[in-house]
Amino acid sequence: MGKKGKSSAPDPAPTEAVDADAPPAAEPVPPVVVLYCGVCTYPPEYCEFGASLTRCKEWLKEEHSDLFDKYYSEEALQTKVGTLSLQAQEKLEKDMAKKEVKAEAKAEAALKKKMASQIIIKRIERTKRKHITSVFGLEAFDIDLKKAAKQFASKFATGASVSKNPQGLDEIVVSGDVSDEILEMIENEVGILKGIPADNVELVEEKKKKGAAE
Amino acid sequence: MFKKFAPSTDIAGHTPIKTSVQRSIRANVLSQWKIEPETLEAIWPKKEGLVHVKCREHVSIYTVHGEPLIFQHFDGPFYPTLRLLHKYPFILPMVKVDRGAIRFLLAGAHMMCPGLTSAGGYLPPADAALPAGTPVAIHAEGKEHAVGVGITKLSTEEIRAVNKGVGVETVTYLGDDLWALQTL
Repeated sequence: MGKKGKSSAPDPAPTEAVDADAPPAAEPVPPVVVLYCGVCTYPPEYCEFGASLTRCKEWLKEEHSDLFDKYYSEEALQTKVGTLSLQAQEKLEKDMAKKEVKAEAKAEAALKKKMASQIIIKRIERTKRKHITSVFGLEAFDIDLKKAAKQFASKFATGASVSKNPQGLDEIVVSGDVSDEILEMIENEVGILKGIPADNVELVEEKKKKGAAE
Repeated sequence: MFKKFAPSTDIAGHTPIKTSVQRSIRANVLSQWKIEPETLEAIWPKKEGLVHVKCREHVSIYTVHGEPLIFQHFDGPFYPTLRLLHKYPFILPMVKVDRGAIRFLLAGAHMMCPGLTSAGGYLPPADAALPAGTPVAIHAEGKEHAVGVGITKLSTEEIRAVNKGVGVETVTYLGDDLWALQTL
C-alpha cells in the first residue's frame, strides 16, 4: 500500500500511544495551580522555613483560613515532625526563631537606610544658557530608572537617559533645565515617582551659577 | 547556581533565538523531560519566540514573554524553573529529602546521601534507578510541592550504596535569586 518514499517509521500511531500514556493524545495536561504565600512568596507549606513565619501565618489565616487549619493545626504540627528526632526539631525551631528576628532587624535597617537616602537633582551648565539636569539616587526608592527616564522624556519633550556618573553609579540625565519641574513631580508623586519623602530631595547647581537653591 | 544572582550585573543580554535553534531546544526538552508535546505547547506555544537571556558563568535562561521557563548551564541538560516545576510536577523524576535537610536546602546546600536514604527520604526503586547526571525534582518530607531542582551526582543505586557525601547537587531552590526573579 502506497508507502511514501522516506518515511521509514512503520506508522506513527502506536509510538505516540506509548508516549502519552495517560491521555490518548492531543490534550495538554492542565497545570497545577500552586498558591504562593503573599508575604514570603513560598508555597505556604514552606513558610515555616522562611524568615517571616509570624507574618506568613497571619496572612494565611486571613486569606485562606482552611489552609491555615491544614498547616498549623495541632495534629498537623504533630505529624509534620515526621521522622525527625525531638531534639533536632527543637533546635530547628530555635534556629528559625533566631533567623526571623534577624531578618526583621535587617528589614528595619534597610527601611531606615532607604528613608535616610537622598535624592540629588543637579543642574549642570553645558554651554551658556544651556543646562542639563541630572537626577541621582532614585533607585534607592525602588524606582525603575529606565522607566523614570522615559517618563521625564515624554513629560518634558526632551532627551532623557540613564547613564553612569563618574563614581560608576546610575543617574538620570535630562537635557534642559527642568530641576524645578522634577522637584514638583516628585512632590506630587506623578506617574511612577512614588513614595519619596520630599524632604529627602535636594536641588544642587553646578558651576559658577548663583547660590544653590533649596 | 542562583544563590547570588543580580539581574543588573549578571545578565549579559537578551536575544531572541533563531527558529532552527528553538526547534532543537524543543526536541531536546521533549526528550529530556517526561512531557508530552501538547503540554509543552501549552507552556511554550510554537508561535511565541523563546528569548535567550545570557548570564555570567555560562548560564542561559530561556524566557517566554519575559517569564523564565528553562535554564541551562553550558551545554548541559535543560532544567525547568521551580515555578514551572510546581505547575507541572511530573516532568522530572522525584527524589525526596528528609525534614532535617530542608533548611540546609533552603540555604542552598547540595543534598547529601544520608538525607535521601533515611526514613523520610525517597529514591526511585531499583528498577527505575536514575544514572548520574539526571535532573531531578527535589521534594521534601511531608510537603506537597517541590522545593528545588537538582542534578544527581551519583546514580541512585550508588547513593544507596555509598551513603556519604553529595548525592544530588542543588541547581535552584525555593527562595534563591532565580525564584525571586519572576520576570526578566
